[in-house]
Amino acid sequence: MKETRVLLANIDEPDLQTIAVYERLGGYGSMRKALLEMTPEDVLHELEQSGLRGRGGAGFSMGKKASFIPKGTMDKYLACNADESEPGTFKDRLLMQKNPHLLIEGCIIGSIAAGANKGFIFIRGEYSVQADILDAAVAEAYEKGYLGERILGSGHSFDLVVHRGQGAYICGEETGLLDALEGKRGNPRLKPPFPANQGLYQGPTLINNVETLCSTPIIIEHGSDWYRKFGEGNSTGTKIVSVSGNVQRPGNYEVELGVSVRDIIYGLAGGPPEGHKLKCFFPGGSSAPVLTEEHLDLPYTFEAMAEAGSMLGSGAIIVVDETQPLVALALRLAEFYRHESCGKCVPCREGTNWTVKMLERIDEGEGTPMDLDILGQVQDNIMGNCLCVLGDSMAMPVASMLKHFRPEFEHHMEEARAKRDLAEAVA
Amino acid sequence: MTADRHSSVAGQPATSDTTGGIHAVPLPPGWDEAVRLDEDPATIPDPASIDVPPGLRAEIEGLMSRYPERHSAALPALAAAQRVHGWCSPEAIDQVAAVMQVTPAYLSSVATFYDMLRTQPVGSHYVYVCTSVACHLRDAKSVYEAIERQAVDQGLEDFELREFECLGACDMAPMASIDGRYVGPLSEDDALDLVGALKEGREPLPGRGLPDSGFKLPWAEGGAAPDRPGPPAEPDVHPAGGTWEDAAVLDVPPAEGPPPHPRSIPQPLDPGTSVVPDDEEDSEE
Repeated sequence: MKETRVLLANIDEPDLQTIAVYERLGGYGSMRKALLEMTPEDVLHELEQSGLRGRGGAGFSMGKKASFIPKGTMDKYLACNADESEPGTFKDRLLMQKNPHLLIEGCIIGSIAAGANKGFIFIRGEYSVQADILDAAVAEAYEKGYLGERILGSGHSFDLVVHRGQGAYICGEETGLLDALEGKRGNPRLKPPFPANQGLYQGPTLINNVETLCSTPIIIEHGSDWYRKFGEGNSTGTKIVSVSGNVQRPGNYEVELGVSVRDIIYGLAGGPPEGHKLKCFFPGGSSAPVLTEEHLDLPYTFEAMAEAGSMLGSGAIIVVDETQPLVALALRLAEFYRHESCGKCVPCREGTNWTVKMLERIDEGEGTPMDLDILGQVQDNIMGNCLCVLGDSMAMPVASMLKHFRPEFEHHMEEARAKRDLAEAVA
Repeated sequence: MTADRHSSVAGQPATSDTTGGIHAVPLPPGWDEAVRLDEDPATIPDPASIDVPPGLRAEIEGLMSRYPERHSAALPALAAAQRVHGWCSPEAIDQVAAVMQVTPAYLSSVATFYDMLRTQPVGSHYVYVCTSVACHLRDAKSVYEAIERQAVDQGLEDFELREFECLGACDMAPMASIDGRYVGPLSEDDALDLVGALKEGREPLPGRGLPDSGFKLPWAEGGAAPDRPGPPAEPDVHPAGGTWEDAAVLDVPPAEGPPPHPRSIPQPLDPGTSVVPDDEEDSEE
């Protein structure tokens, strides 16, 4: 099994983060082409034709999203979502650390398609090393005249600012990100209006993930027909997959969408450690419902993952082997979402809290079989009932673990209770 | 956001001088607890009445100029003030409010939301140990506990040590972020060195940080992954009879000597040998 390196083609080149090396390898050529040889409509058309889908989690067509931005002379914005806080995901970190100019070029191309004159890269505060690298790269791009007024003498002006978050998962949600960028608590907003109509400072805003924007220079350079050759069906192109958890070689691997999940987990990441076997895996970050061994031969595409009852999400595969107790894993997951819930919507704020409490009860031997039913009901009542999908992000994997591994939960509960009874009998 | 799970242990109050002229009694650490219902809420501070370090003022003004709306600078401005004061103290908040011309309450609403903005004087540096899902699967909790033990034993000061949610480096799990420098993969044995280096002001674990030149994961060049703690391979037998697990529940002391550390995995000796396994010797040092 080999990687298909398109985005990561030059990633091992020394000093790729400098503009000199990046340009030597053909960097900023797509920007020139988009600015000087193409109209904004052509750029938008190419992006739409490429079939590129959002790499941040939702998988919405990037070109379509850009086409929703209204025409006109109002202030329009581009926001790059570099908050990457979905547990298991670390692809954007690699791109920003090693190839920051690819992202900047992608932002410029995105701004041409959207007609935006001001852009922000919202990077999570924990990535301070990567933010420093981006800051330096942005300064280099300004110096070369690739950012600022009338780039390369064309009619397009674009300013780019690197904005550092301060540690909140919810800022990766697009409207939470906008609030954080406006200097507020990162609470998600009611949709509609969607950011494409009323986003940052109430202006039309195009929000895209780092990997999505990094794909745009490649599409402009080679054309949408070339890009469509990669992938399968409506999942075109390549995807950087972050593999982590109980595998022998965790890391970022770029593959063509449509390769089998088995090839990624076993072929590239080496599978579970010697002597262990796979129990389940999250196919798209910790928010994705878990899948089991029977799903290993599915193609890794947006459609196949959705059909199997899960999602491709951010493209982060977390592998769980048979030694891991699922109650502890579900509890750790629920604790994460409880901590990160912004508290705006009741089902999420209370639901995550109750899920933690029930799982703790089960783990401490105070659970009853009824708790598992209530646990399932709580998850049902969270899903689809909040402004954003943070609550769903806990409800879906926890409900899926309960669905696939209910006997294990029951067994864990019985064992914990027996242990507690024994301790009480002695005391 | 609830902060119950995250305790900080290593940090000592950086400054406890929060008694301004307007407060009759010294405030407890952490301004958000000091709610005075008999006072009116603070208004936008008069710029002339508050002394702001010139460097900080220039930085915040520079930040505000980058955005179409000055409020957007709230997060980076608070972070800048935190770098000066060690935490978002009432003083720091007042200074930012004076430069940005917003109310202190607005800034405190922001500061309490974000994990990296400290509303307690717990230290001006940080060690975040990731214990989220992917790190959890590689036993991050015991790494955190080992670092916590070392921090207490060695008396590490001025560091905020806490468990943190996914830091986006699951390839190097389990890992930690030391003021933004990611180090990993960590094992419990690294705790001694890591804390010792921080205490002496050295860079901990040189060569094993993500930004270090030539950084490579141990398995990058087709190498094998390091051993991962799994379930004990040997049968779980307590010297006094029964299993170690039962003994822990029943609180039975071992046949002789002090009880082993609850987190170390019992490794019964092979029959007829009296050699202490190497790793046990290491952990006692």
